[in-house]
Amino acid sequence: MVSIGPVPLVSMRGIDKAFVGVKANSDVDLDLERGEVHTLLGENGAGKSTLMNILSGLYTADSGVIVINGEPRVFRSPRDAIRAGIGMVHQHFMLVPTLSVWENVALGLEDQPFLLDKGRVIERVGDIQKRYGIHVDPLAPVWQLSIGEQQRVAIIKTLYRSADILILDEPTSVLTPQEARALFRTIRQITAEGHGVIFISHKLDEVMDISDRITVLRKGKKVATVNVKDVTKESLAEMMVGRRVVFQIGKTLQNPGRVVLEARELVVRGDRGRVRVDRFSLDVRQREILGLAGVSGNGQEELCDALAGIRKTEKGSIRVDGYELVGKSTREFQKRGISYIPADRIGTGLVTGMNLRENIALRKYWRKEFTRFRFFIHWENIAGRTGQLVERYSVVNPGLGFPAKMLSGGNLQKLMLARELSDDPRVVIAVQPTWGLDVSATLFVRETLLEQRDKGAGVLLVSDDLEEILSLSDRIAVIHNGRLMGIVEDPDRVTEEQMGLMMAGTRLKEFSNPVGEGSEGHGKEVSPSL
Amino acid sequence: MRYRIVLRRRFKTGAFFEGILPVISIFAALLFSGGALLLFGVSPLAAYRAMFRGALGSGYGLSEVIVKAIPLVISGVAVALAFRMKVWNIGAEGQIYLGALASAAAVRFLPSDSRVVMLLTMTVAAIIAGGAWGYVAGFLKSRWNVNEVITTLMLNYVGIHLADYFIYGPWRDPSSLGFPMTPPFPPSARLPLFFGTRVHLGILAAVLLVLLFRLVIRWTRWGFEIRAIGDNPRAAEYAGISYGRNVVLLMFISGAIAGLAGMTEIAGLQGRLQPGFSPGYGYTAIIVAWLARLNPWGIMMVSFFMGVLLVGGDTIQVINPLRHPRRDTYREIRGTEPGA
Ligand SMILES: Nc1ncnc2c1ncn2[C@@H]1O[C@H](COP(=O)(O)OP(=O)(O)OP(=O)(O)O)[C@@H](O)[C@H]1O
Ligand SMILES: [Mg+2]
Repeated sequence: MVSIGPVPLVSMRGIDKAFVGVKANSDVDLDLERGEVHTLLGENGAGKSTLMNILSGLYTADSGVIVINGEPRVFRSPRDAIRAGIGMVHQHFMLVPTLSVWENVALGLEDQPFLLDKGRVIERVGDIQKRYGIHVDPLAPVWQLSIGEQQRVAIIKTLYRSADILILDEPTSVLTPQEARALFRTIRQITAEGHGVIFISHKLDEVMDISDRITVLRKGKKVATVNVKDVTKESLAEMMVGRRVVFQIGKTLQNPGRVVLEARELVVRGDRGRVRVDRFSLDVRQREILGLAGVSGNGQEELCDALAGIRKTEKGSIRVDGYELVGKSTREFQKRGISYIPADRIGTGLVTGMNLRENIALRKYWRKEFTRFRFFIHWENIAGRTGQLVERYSVVNPGLGFPAKMLSGGNLQKLMLARELSDDPRVVIAVQPTWGLDVSATLFVRETLLEQRDKGAGVLLVSDDLEEILSLSDRIAVIHNGRLMGIVEDPDRVTEEQMGLMMAGTRLKEFSNPVGEGSEGHGKEVSPSL
Repeated sequence: MRYRIVLRRRFKTGAFFEGILPVISIFAALLFSGGALLLFGVSPLAAYRAMFRGALGSGYGLSEVIVKAIPLVISGVAVALAFRMKVWNIGAEGQIYLGALASAAAVRFLPSDSRVVMLLTMTVAAIIAGGAWGYVAGFLKSRWNVNEVITTLMLNYVGIHLADYFIYGPWRDPSSLGFPMTPPFPPSARLPLFFGTRVHLGILAAVLLVLLFRLVIRWTRWGFEIRAIGDNPRAAEYAGISYGRNVVLLMFISGAIAGLAGMTEIAGLQGRLQPGFSPGYGYTAIIVAWLARLNPWGIMMVSFFMGVLLVGGDTIQVINPLRHPRRDTYREIRGTEPGA
């Protein structure tokens, strides 16, 4: 498919870019051919997004040249780059939440009549949806969409501008495996038409699957460009990190203790007012990880929001250590030891305009050790804690006083994880905890979740990544359409097929041989109401 | 060599942009108005010289600048505090009037011969009344999500007219020969003046409020909470910070501070309540807060500068050979002198 022409579609040479205190790119070269999927690989903070932001005209390089189709180009703004046929879907895509999908697509288009031609835009959006198999309701306001759907809007927006060179910065970190597969079909369609795609991802399996060539960056420098045929996951990881990476995590057996988090018959409504969680019950015990599996958008986020006290529980009961929390303030949930890693990191989990210290303080500033004379914040203590956490979670940062928005995507995630996983929580609700993390950070976070478990916390792990759920969980609850489909007592004995069936809406007790039943001599009939 | 303008995103706005840019824009504004002056046949240089000499060239001018800056600083802090939470309190003007009205009421109904007691009563009255004015908007916002821009703006008119009602009506001074004003305050209800100028004790309040503003924003839990809400309301909610409670509290405090500006103004300067005693300080405060980028020291500096403009403007009107603009316009339209 890759057609090596006389000149590459894109050729970047000797790109340098320094930010305050960091050299994000130094002397980086990159070529993209027509019909090629070229993957950029590198640890969090290696400079991938920076390089692509330079190519898409958002940043200007300190030095270096960009040649498009044999022609040297200087981009002074994204507009210049768009004119040159470059379209980028950003890691933290930038949509206007109050506008509808089609309005977001039309936003910033050139050559538009003063009054937007809504019919025409929607029609073309429809064409793109058909041609590339991406589906979103063009009339829906963006704030109502899931992160995955928003991602699709961002892709449509770029395709609409008929980009010849498509840059996708970690598009799959927020997609479900199904959505990712659909995206890969789209990517293949695009390259088949002779366009070039630059792809960024930390998931080595999909990198091996989709790429033609791979360029590895480490600490801002290019390590190598390789053909996918010549490498393995292991060798890629080694190139990225600079040493061998052991992909295994040590999970010890634990005896779960008392129930720490107990939810009964929860009913929770979503943003659009519909019931998203329907009479859902679950127990999380001490020293266990309860996985919550399900196709994303089946009420997991609403459930977790409710369990963390940031969304109203319409009916039902939530208890932590037996203490009823429904109707209590969010702060009360925190005080009972619930820590929460929400799916929407940038919009909910962090204040990106605030500095690192303030972001660590965000859900802790009221604690005794961080206040002085009750009304004052003890910034020295917070700075001390931030220093430790940043060290422990290896958050690459220019300084604790810099705004969080200066961090790379993965380092932002780490910052938030560091806050929520510290201070020995009773219950950890972790939604997609490894989104956007590089190989070693992913391992580290998984180990930290296990460590929290071993220290006596109850962990509720929500993930689209079935493998993650299966490898970490002690038990697995499956959710479909807001309802509990059943609880798998023994993840080692469940087949992917059975999981798939449950995630598609089959109840566990309808199986002829319920998983985990009788494994410890006491057959447990699993039903939604426990 | 051809030049072109390149727009480029900055990652760090250095001292140049933070501090100098506002100054440059102010100079640009002066330059622009200079052009307008030229149209009237007045040398802008002479006018500006007169202006700055009037404002800064004498002890008297300087003291007048400070007199004007006092209410600007106080109400500037009031609105900047609200803006930090992205709550748009446009109602400082009304809150100023309410504060003044309440302190005049205190003088009338709770008089005391002790200056301390009298001034304290007036202060408390002003804080409560201004605060209540803000509270109304805050309450409506927290309860029914009513847009505070509209409520505070409308409450301005209500506040100003309410003051007018008392000044023209029940509280009018019978011996004022029909002028709309309340009777003069007794000496115990007047703020002490300094250095034989009109600079009054309000200056202390202004400085203290600036320091307090900085302290609250930087060091207190509440300051952190309102900044978090201002930067990302959803994250604040996730952090367990209540929007509703804070917007009510914030609007009360913001209104209370603005109310205090009303009290210092009439107790320090006028010594009675009269219509239009605030020439739009509450609105200018919004400009002050923004030019200062909501920064406490900035509020002081910008207020001082605004004071220079106000005093300087007054001086030109008095001493400069600027012809009366309306007459000029008249002549231009008619092509003749009026009455000619
Ligand atoms: N706007 C900015 N201001 C200051 N520093 C920045 C800025 N953007 C990025 N950096 C720094 O440059 C380095 C590279 O960041 P970049 O976003 O390119 O990383 P990345 O490879 O995309 O990482 P990730 O996988 O985490 O997204 C990081 O150390 C980051 O802190
Ligand atoms: Mg990135």
